[in-house]
Amino acid sequence: MSTVVPRKTKELDRVVVRFAGDSGDGMQLTGSRFTTVSSLLGNDTATLPDFPAEIRAPAGTLAGVSAFQVHISDHDILTPGDAPNVLVAMNPAALRANLGLMAPGGTIIVNVDAFDQRSLEKAGYQANPLSDGSLAAFTVYEVPMTSLTMQVGKEAGVKPRDAERSKNFFALGLVSWLYSRPVEPTLAWIAERFGGRPEVAEVNTRAFKAGYHFGETAELFESNYQVRPAPVEPGTYTNVTGNTALAWGLIAAARQAKLPLFLGSYPITPASDILHELSKQKHFGVRTLQAEDEIAGIGAAIGAAFGGALGVTTTSGPGMDLKAEAVGLAVNLELPLVVVDIQRAGPSTGMPTKTEQGDLLQALYGRHGEAPVPVVAAMTPSHCFDVAIEAARIAVTYRTPVILLSDGYLANGAEPWRLPAIEDLPTIEANFATQPNHERADGTAEFWPYLRDPVTLARPWAVPGTPGLEHRIGGLEKQAGSGNVSYDGENHERMVHERAAKLAAVAASIPPVAVDDPDGQGGAPVLVLGWGSTYGAIAAGVRRVRARGLKVAHAHLVHLNPFPPNLGEVLRAYPKVLVPEVNLGQLVKLVRAEFLVDAQPLTKVQGQPFRAREIEEAVLEVLGVAAQSATSEEQE
Amino acid sequence: MTDLAVPTTTRKDWASDQEVRWCPGCGDYSILAALQMLLPELGVRRENTVFVSGIGCAARFPYYMQTYGMHTIHGRAPAIATGLAVTRPDLDVWVVTGDGDALSIGGNHLIHALRRNVNITILLFNNQIYGLTKGQYSPTSEVGKVTKSTPFGSLDTPFNPISLALGAEATFVARTHDMDRKHMQETFRRAHEHRGAAFVEIYQNCNVFNDGAFERITGRDQRADMLIPLVHGQPIVFGAEGQYGVVMGEDGQLRIAPVAEVGVERVLVHDEHRDDPGLAFALSRLARGPFEPTPIGVFRDVERPEYGEAMTRQLLEAQERRGPGDLAALLASGGTWEVPGPAH
Repeated sequence: MSTVVPRKTKELDRVVVRFAGDSGDGMQLTGSRFTTVSSLLGNDTATLPDFPAEIRAPAGTLAGVSAFQVHISDHDILTPGDAPNVLVAMNPAALRANLGLMAPGGTIIVNVDAFDQRSLEKAGYQANPLSDGSLAAFTVYEVPMTSLTMQVGKEAGVKPRDAERSKNFFALGLVSWLYSRPVEPTLAWIAERFGGRPEVAEVNTRAFKAGYHFGETAELFESNYQVRPAPVEPGTYTNVTGNTALAWGLIAAARQAKLPLFLGSYPITPASDILHELSKQKHFGVRTLQAEDEIAGIGAAIGAAFGGALGVTTTSGPGMDLKAEAVGLAVNLELPLVVVDIQRAGPSTGMPTKTEQGDLLQALYGRHGEAPVPVVAAMTPSHCFDVAIEAARIAVTYRTPVILLSDGYLANGAEPWRLPAIEDLPTIEANFATQPNHERADGTAEFWPYLRDPVTLARPWAVPGTPGLEHRIGGLEKQAGSGNVSYDGENHERMVHERAAKLAAVAASIPPVAVDDPDGQGGAPVLVLGWGSTYGAIAAGVRRVRARGLKVAHAHLVHLNPFPPNLGEVLRAYPKVLVPEVNLGQLVKLVRAEFLVDAQPLTKVQGQPFRAREIEEAVLEVLGVAAQSATSEEQE
Repeated sequence: MTDLAVPTTTRKDWASDQEVRWCPGCGDYSILAALQMLLPELGVRRENTVFVSGIGCAARFPYYMQTYGMHTIHGRAPAIATGLAVTRPDLDVWVVTGDGDALSIGGNHLIHALRRNVNITILLFNNQIYGLTKGQYSPTSEVGKVTKSTPFGSLDTPFNPISLALGAEATFVARTHDMDRKHMQETFRRAHEHRGAAFVEIYQNCNVFNDGAFERITGRDQRADMLIPLVHGQPIVFGAEGQYGVVMGEDGQLRIAPVAEVGVERVLVHDEHRDDPGLAFALSRLARGPFEPTPIGVFRDVERPEYGEAMTRQLLEAQERRGPGDLAALLASGGTWEVPGPAH
């Protein structure tokens, strides 16, 4: 597109944009398109989709507001940003629901057409915020998005009602101009996505262009901006959400283990997208069963595992409650199984679309009896890929259920991901039993299903169809070795210890936890210990503290059970340990109990991830430094 | 399908080395024997045979079979067997369950395995009582049953397992009883031959907590007058001389009438393969309980696509259409961009 009015383009190193509108306004799509285009430009990006649980809450109300926040930058970033620099508000409710997140001085672009009396009332405004001076601290641009979109719709010969729905593309066009994003990828995407409905493609294209031209032409914006590519590792990149990466990781794990992949699952937010993604990949030989309930989902996965498949079940909090008994069965059966829990705010139904890390203790202990289960957690959206492979590695190698913890923030959040080389992926050995492994007193050979490997302590995995290895397993206690039912107390004690000892065997196979401490382990006065999805916020918060010339270390756990073998030593190397968690302090309880260190919790349970600023302030407090002049995000 | 290379086996080959621990006199013994004697005749291999069970007395069954087996958790055997059967279509998967296991805690899994038509053979040992937990009433106990948990009599209307299975879209539904080995074996053989989910209710005596529950219809002297054998293509008649028949009244209700009175042409001819399950359902309601003349045999045997097979077909079609999965292509499927090296 030609430039009508030559305008100054200012350089920015980073910007946080938040698109907010009604649930039906297409804000998730708008935000993810803006992210993709920014990624294609080479920016680093991090996203935070934030939407209501209701599919269509009453239009125009606060409950129905759906938002998508994206952080783009010319350097590597770790979070979707604390406070948006730009808020695009499609209606008064979107403005009201999101204004509190904005730092003074920010930019607000509103769809002024939506600020009529009725909409203002629905959003709970007594007076129009655009005219009552309440937005004085911000730069506000009033853009008639609806009427301009209707205008281009009319030109395209589309019914007004249909045209009106394209206003999100107008907004996308406008913001694309504001941040000098190329238009071609979005135009190509519209053509492909709406190819089957040419009139929709046409009106979306026109609305997008109209938005772009509006920015260029209207004497509203004094300049636009540019965010240059971030210096990142050379390679091939894609943008990936946590759930997609997790699904792909499961496919990769099955490939590396040379096992067919079976998923038994029941739809639940925010885990369903893994079921959706795997259901698409049938040409990989992936079998997916949408089961009648959560219990059947894990049950079918256990059945598939008995038959020699990589059995997987995926769910979220309430589903984990229902699966508990079957996880215990898998502990006793000693069969490989991957249980994926995309944590969400609880208890009970809680807040289905909001994130939390509240299931850690459940993952470790949420079963009757002594039922140890390895637990791993993903740190970032793309890390879900690696963790899926790691969970499968532990499950298959040690013949045990493994719980993989992700959460709503990782599941829906996206980030650029440098694609791994397939040949570098770890191999997983299933090592099916093919021969009898024991000799009876009379010299005949037989198969003992609970005769363990001396190193891994794993029992042999003999799948049906293997002649001569017929055997029975079950939930009743097993005689060590032979696997026959046993109610002998001493044997039970031995088996309880053997199952526990498998965790120690797993520990021997995992890497030591790395400590990010520029002065070497023990060099800083405080260590921040995190797990799972708090990685980005903690790492960014730590950067901010260091930018003040202060010292702080950061260690992040992927393995929660067993812990990395060096964890105790790392914790004891620091006078102070701060453990931020999106729960009331679960990991901190574990490390205090296990290592007798005086670790302190930092908790947040608002259904939202930590912000870097919150970590920074907490570390400063531990260091005894006043936080008065919190650093700008420039250091992030 | 008979595999000629299948080694010849005897009953002994199908028995594991574990001591059978049901109560002396339990009906489970005769079911176990019937199956162990039948399996050598079916042309199947022990290593390709799997028994999956839930919890209850019946659920100990897999331990006594020299096959692969899983004794799992209460009510979940049909779900677990589903995962096994759909990933391993080469296996014969049997589910052994009881009235509490299948119809109470596991009711949901049972009906869904049936409607999906998963290739499993479900043997439901129905003794109308909880045995393993020592004598509470079950979902098939008659109303007013006095047990430890219902000292004033139970209030719940019982399930009719055959009606339930038919309502759940089962493609094979049959009933047999533990006092007739030949009938059990014939029924099991038919169930095993069926592609898809086969459901067999077995009236089984619990001589400790509910002794004689079926005595009035299965006792040697009563059988002829109280059991109505269902034979495909034959008029539904019973009695020592075949003197009684099942007829449909003008109100559409099935009832029993002396053949001599109504004429044999009015007696219903049994059709297992009837697509509409309505008549099979009506037959399942003929007796209000095991104290009235009760149909036994195959109520329904129809063909419908088997679930695991259909699932496999989808995989093959996807592979034909898109080629075998290519992981590198999958990871790049969302669109990629290149960052040239070295890093700046």
